[in-house]
Amino acid sequence: MSDAFDILVVGAGPAGIAAAVTAAECGVRVGVVDDNPAPGGQIWRSGAHLPATAQRWKARFEAARVTHLQGWRIVDCPEPGVARAQSNGAEISHHSSAHDERDLHYDRLILATGARERFLPFPGWTLPNVMGAGGLDAMVRGGLPVAGKRVVVAGTGPLLLAVAAHLAAGGAKICAICEQASFGQMAPLMLRVLGQPGKLLQGASYRWATKTSRYLTRCWPVEAQGDQQLRSVILQRDGKKWCVECDYLACGFHLVPNTELAALLGCELESGFVVTDEWMRTSLPGIWCAGEPSGIGGVELSLLEGEIAGLAAVGKTDAARRLSAGRRGGLAFVRALERACRLNPNLRELPRPETIVCRCEDVPLGALLGRPNWRDAKLHTRCGMGPCQGRICGGAAEFLFGWHADSVRPPVFPALVSSFLGPEALDAPKEAV
Amino acid sequence: MVEPNITLTVDEIVVRVASGTTVAAAALMAGTRTRDSVSGEPRAPLCGMGICFECRVTINGAPHQRSCQILCEPGMQVTTGEISRR
Repeated sequence: MSDAFDILVVGAGPAGIAAAVTAAECGVRVGVVDDNPAPGGQIWRSGAHLPATAQRWKARFEAARVTHLQGWRIVDCPEPGVARAQSNGAEISHHSSAHDERDLHYDRLILATGARERFLPFPGWTLPNVMGAGGLDAMVRGGLPVAGKRVVVAGTGPLLLAVAAHLAAGGAKICAICEQASFGQMAPLMLRVLGQPGKLLQGASYRWATKTSRYLTRCWPVEAQGDQQLRSVILQRDGKKWCVECDYLACGFHLVPNTELAALLGCELESGFVVTDEWMRTSLPGIWCAGEPSGIGGVELSLLEGEIAGLAAVGKTDAARRLSAGRRGGLAFVRALERACRLNPNLRELPRPETIVCRCEDVPLGALLGRPNWRDAKLHTRCGMGPCQGRICGGAAEFLFGWHADSVRPPVFPALVSSFLGPEALDAPKEAV
Repeated sequence: MVEPNITLTVDEIVVRVASGTTVAAAALMAGTRTRDSVSGEPRAPLCGMGICFECRVTINGAPHQRSCQILCEPGMQVTTGEISRR
């Protein structure tokens, strides 16, 4: 099955929603493809009260003349102007196939693929109930009850407070909020937030919601303990260690941009981010990029960049340029956030030789020591070769060893063999690759 | 809070959830893990957003489903403990 769009937007978080709405309101044919069960991305995931801004944008998104492919993932870009998409869970309900896979034809492409959490390995981090900070938050928004559960929130970044506040609102007992950065390292970010009433109010409300919980800087988990699931966490601060019994450890070390699709298409990347100009154009003609893949800057900047990309992609460059001026403050915030979340080098000492780094293939740290680069590690240990394709251990390996992924090849996401065999193969039984 | 209106089974345990609940959340309501790793460790969701593949389960006989990205439907039969041996 095939569809054709003037503009295809990948991702329906704030940046993708803003890009799609802005472009569609200019009268062009817009398609949006998004991996999640509902639009909103991670920050506006449903299942919780959404801020007024989110409700306004989501309402505009629902009202816009946009073709939604919600719960679809892009697995390949077989030729310029074509993205191959597959429906999530199509195999569950039926065996038909023609509607499960589509080649989406586009004239222009806007990448709004968002970001994921950075995970760092430490002893016990593979135990059930050790999750990402955003990870546990997403699970709770997906219906997991946390009332009465004891939760340690740890890692780095403003996300920790937001997550703690949301979990507390769901009835969880937040044992501690552990921020790896020092107060001094975060001070410039806080000063910048003081000048932004919206962010200040938000931060203050999060802290108010978690006022009975300790917020500890220069503090991180050194071990998660338990047999079949998490029972307790050893925390460390300034060389002092202590044990906290808990039901969940929500631990994420800031964010890593999702740049796999941009890399597959051949867009230029710099320091791990997609290179964009003032109109959010990538290095390739006809491809724009908005939101976190071009720099981790939060909701407001993502919305602005989405609008700029949407306007620029329909040729309204003057309007896009007017918005672009408002981006400077956001870019300064990106830099301040990056510095505030810089990881303490001591975190490299957390994993032991037997601690698993690659969770898909169960590759321990010891197997990676002495490897010269990511490619060598992949070839010799299968690190990063499992179904997540290094999306989890890649961020850790980058921090632990300074390794960078050297190439992205299709399928960019695990896919059915039938996606690559053509229509005549669709009647054949399916096997996952 | 939305009332539970969907009934499904996870490893033959009956679970009642509200609409909009992910299969991953339902799996953790019924048990403690979603899959076994290649070396046999129990694993449960990590990222919650479709990236890490730790939440893989079998749904209605279809293996390798990312349960955090799929919503519960009435009568679903979910099996955890999927083993991905080398």
